[in-house]
Amino acid sequence: MIEVQNLTKTFGDRTAVDHISFTVNKGEILGFLGPNGAGKTTTMRILTGFLPATSGTAKIGGFDVFDDSIEVRRRIGYLPETPPLYTDMTVGAYLDFVTRIKNVPAERRASRIEDALEKTNITDKRDELIKRLSRGYKQRVGIAQALVHDPDVIILDEPTVGLDPKQIIEVRHLIKGLAGNHTIILSTHILPEVSMTCDRVVIINRGKIAAVDTPANLTTQLKGAQHVRFEARADEVALRAAVQEIPGVSNMQIEPVGSSGVLAVTVESAAGQDARSEIAAKIVGKGWPLLELRGVSLSLEEIFLQLTTDDASHAVESNN
Amino acid sequence: MKGLYAVYRKEMSHYFVSPIAYIVVGIFLLLTGFFFTRILSFLIEQAFEMGMQGGQFGGVDVPSLLVRDFFGVFASLLLFLTPILTMGVYAEERKRGTMELLMTSPVTDTEIVLGKYLALLTLFAIMLLPTLFYAAFTFFHSDPAAPWRVLACAYLGALLMGGVLLALGSFFSSLTENQLIAAVLTFGAFLILWVIDFGSRGSSTGIGAAIGYLSVIKHYDDFTRGIIDTSSLIYYASFIFLGLFLTVRSIDSMRWRRA
Repeated sequence: MIEVQNLTKTFGDRTAVDHISFTVNKGEILGFLGPNGAGKTTTMRILTGFLPATSGTAKIGGFDVFDDSIEVRRRIGYLPETPPLYTDMTVGAYLDFVTRIKNVPAERRASRIEDALEKTNITDKRDELIKRLSRGYKQRVGIAQALVHDPDVIILDEPTVGLDPKQIIEVRHLIKGLAGNHTIILSTHILPEVSMTCDRVVIINRGKIAAVDTPANLTTQLKGAQHVRFEARADEVALRAAVQEIPGVSNMQIEPVGSSGVLAVTVESAAGQDARSEIAAKIVGKGWPLLELRGVSLSLEEIFLQLTTDDASHAVESNN
Repeated sequence: MKGLYAVYRKEMSHYFVSPIAYIVVGIFLLLTGFFFTRILSFLIEQAFEMGMQGGQFGGVDVPSLLVRDFFGVFASLLLFLTPILTMGVYAEERKRGTMELLMTSPVTDTEIVLGKYLALLTLFAIMLLPTLFYAAFTFFHSDPAAPWRVLACAYLGALLMGGVLLALGSFFSSLTENQLIAAVLTFGAFLILWVIDFGSRGSSTGIGAAIGYLSVIKHYDDFTRGIIDTSSLIYYASFIFLGLFLTVRSIDSMRWRRA
């Protein structure tokens, strides 16, 4: 549905988007993840035809976003970072304008507006002036605006910004419900959002793609250096010496837990190696009581940090 | 075409809820009403005095003078008021971020510009309309016979000059996100077009004539005398075209310069 090839955008001597390529299949939800200023918004603006790319191509539904811009614009719904609202209009009048400017045939307008109001749960706000609505409702009107003409592709730039936790959950459900009929790209810098709503994630940093995968795969692929955490009652020096004998274990950190003589230990084991059984055998063999032992898999947060700090991202790129 | 109409429709409904449109139209009608009565009573007085001196009545063509003087005031009022009508046309959309909605919708930049321009012209015509009532009312009772053709010419001139002012105002509004800057730039440009022929008056050189030709008010004067000159029509048409063309280019350039 969406094909992006070697897309580059420079502003003066600053490169906002640097040779990125990815594809999105029909009905898929793709998450765009990256710190602020990573190039997410710029990429989305190129896809919607708002900005021309410096080089590279992007196609939506087979149409080039620059050469066939109008055809592309017929097929997309777009929620920019700030919802594009005419605040002195009522919600209903605003959506009516959007259906007109998006070329929805007259006989389908009323039902499309009804549908968008219902999906975003703002039917009761239809006759209110947009300027009187709270931030959360304005955001929902913005989302309604992006789907009111039933586009093939929906592009949402930070759709949950400014919403309270309950609204965030509602919006995520809404987005998940839209998948299948629509192809969706959403950007965010909030990680749980990606793991909860997206089929695939593009991690982007400084204009470059750091990784593309499913949220689950990203987590396992990067588990590489697995962390093991355990608690045992033992003498610190003896414990340290004993654990260091185990091959492949590094980066040991020991902290006392309370004053009971219990030590909490965190170690890293080498990629692909599970050190848990060896650690257990070693501690028990020495006769120390083992109180707790568990593997800690990296959260998406940590992966993200790993990928977006410079050297880590190079490591992942060369792995791919 | 549908996109153009959608934009036009949106703009028109915006005027009906925006206080600015009401305020500008209200002030315009208040001032034109005031000047119309002042000019009328002054001219009648003068005609009466001259009639007394010359011994015969009707030596002064009051209706024609009324049209000329009244439409002279018209022009000065438009100079001040049209920048306020046009300042928000694009600046406000840019500031609110709604320009991004328009520019990612299946409408061309030209459709956006024409839709907005036609809406401005409509508002402008609505603003002029009530003045027609009191002009017409007075002329029904005038002696010598009312110069209807001159009046029609004067309105055509006002519409054309308004068309130029609105097109230029739209362009300046598309340059900035700040409505105040847009208004000041527009006003400055109008003033220059207004006074550009001051220095060249009476000069017979080619340059003087060329500069005189650029004056927006000089062509307008012809219309208030009941003269429709082709060169004036071309002057207004080309200025309107230039203004709209620059606006389209300016919107297009937004895509390239936005960081």
